[in-house]
Amino acid sequence: MNPALLLIADSRLPAGGHAHSGGVERAVASGAVHDVPSLSRFLRGRLHTAGALAAALTSAAALQASCTPISPAPDTTEAGTRDVTEAPPATEGGAEGGDDRESPWVRLDDEVDARTAAPAQREASRTQGRLLLRVARRVWPSSVLDELARTVPDPHHPIALGVAAHAAGATPEEAALAAAYHAISGPATAAVRLLGLDPVAVHALLAAFTPDLTAVAAQAHFAATSAYPAPHLAPRWEALPAYSAPALDLLAEQHAQAEIRLFVS
Amino acid sequence: MGANHDDHHHAPDGRGRALRLGVGGPVGSGKTALVAALCRTLGPSLSLGVVTNDIYTTEDADFLRRAGVLDAERILAVETGCCPHTAIRDDIAANLDAVETLEHRFGPLDLVIVESGGDNLTATFSRGLADEQIFVLDVSGGDKVPRKGGPGVTTADLLVVNKTDLAPMVGADLGVMARDAAKVRGQRPVLFTSIRQDPTAATVADWVSERVMAWSHTHATPVS
Repeated sequence: MNPALLLIADSRLPAGGHAHSGGVERAVASGAVHDVPSLSRFLRGRLHTAGALAAALTSAAALQASCTPISPAPDTTEAGTRDVTEAPPATEGGAEGGDDRESPWVRLDDEVDARTAAPAQREASRTQGRLLLRVARRVWPSSVLDELARTVPDPHHPIALGVAAHAAGATPEEAALAAAYHAISGPATAAVRLLGLDPVAVHALLAAFTPDLTAVAAQAHFAATSAYPAPHLAPRWEALPAYSAPALDLLAEQHAQAEIRLFVS
Repeated sequence: MGANHDDHHHAPDGRGRALRLGVGGPVGSGKTALVAALCRTLGPSLSLGVVTNDIYTTEDADFLRRAGVLDAERILAVETGCCPHTAIRDDIAANLDAVETLEHRFGPLDLVIVESGGDNLTATFSRGLADEQIFVLDVSGGDKVPRKGGPGVTTADLLVVNKTDLAPMVGADLGVMARDAAKVRGQRPVLFTSIRQDPTAATVADWVSERVMAWSHTHATPVS
């Protein structure tokens, strides 16, 4: 395992994750999550739906990062002498011209959009993706992260996570594992804060989920490799899963409308 | 929100951007009132943006918007997931994003004020988020607070002791507060205010405009 994976999966990674509860805050407000056993059921459901989906999409992003050649940037003519501190050339307005619409990152981002039914979930995913991308570009500077930022400034979280993991030197399967862990670790911490649960009991819960994490990551990675059969072939998007969790979608929408909330999502 | 459509993730040395001012302090000390006063006093001469970090809801942002001291869209609220200090110190990503969103939408700005959620005496702003920071106490919290110190009281660029009009009612000795603050803060300034009596917070506003001036001299956009 690449040690960078530890940094990527650490809840202390300063990428804004601490302010997201993954639906737990609303589930606590509704009474559905109220103690360790009910949290366990929530996390199990989340891991095998939203988590499994995020893991597959993250793995796909990492795979795409490893097999997509960087499209020629507009300023490569003097790449050898270019001052890296210089700002990239400005792109005027929101319309970026025809080329970027064909960018594999725009295509993959569209696939994530299509698999994220609730607008509130899409918004939360893009917010976290944008913040992670910002952090990753400073921590693991790489051309593929720059390319992603140029073509999709607000990427979905799994895309930012997959590309960041790749830039940090992790494999696509490791990236999937980080995504699966992220799907339950954030909500678990949020529940500790919201309900005053015993943090040791909640960490024991997370430890009990480790076989599930391994299984979810392996399945996700299998799906991602099926979607990218070979570097020279077009991706088979239909091989990526499209699990849904209507309850999480509803919680996310209710949360976005709530008068009082502590977490962004 | 926050659709940052051009590439401004890298801001290595602060050149060409606004001064970022953090305003922190315990719950109820008058942070939001101070931010409103600064907007009122500095708004006519400076281009401003404000980011609030509410504990929950968007109470502070709504208060500022209702106060009419600044265009409503120049005020953004950030949610902090039960941990106001984390959002200004350990994981500043959401606040940076909000600050840059304001600069992107309304820039160039002269000053962006980031108001923290009400917190404890150990809460300070990361230097990665705030170039200067004000810590706001009030006399009704007790005149022992400056003596107790803590990073906010000792290291903030400016300590503001607010609600001086209440001092006789709560038996707080302003002289003691001034002496204790000077002891732990050395040369760093302390200002006593009553925003109720002076809604312009004139002395604090003077300090802030001085800092903005100094910042703009040393961080002007290089002529290319």
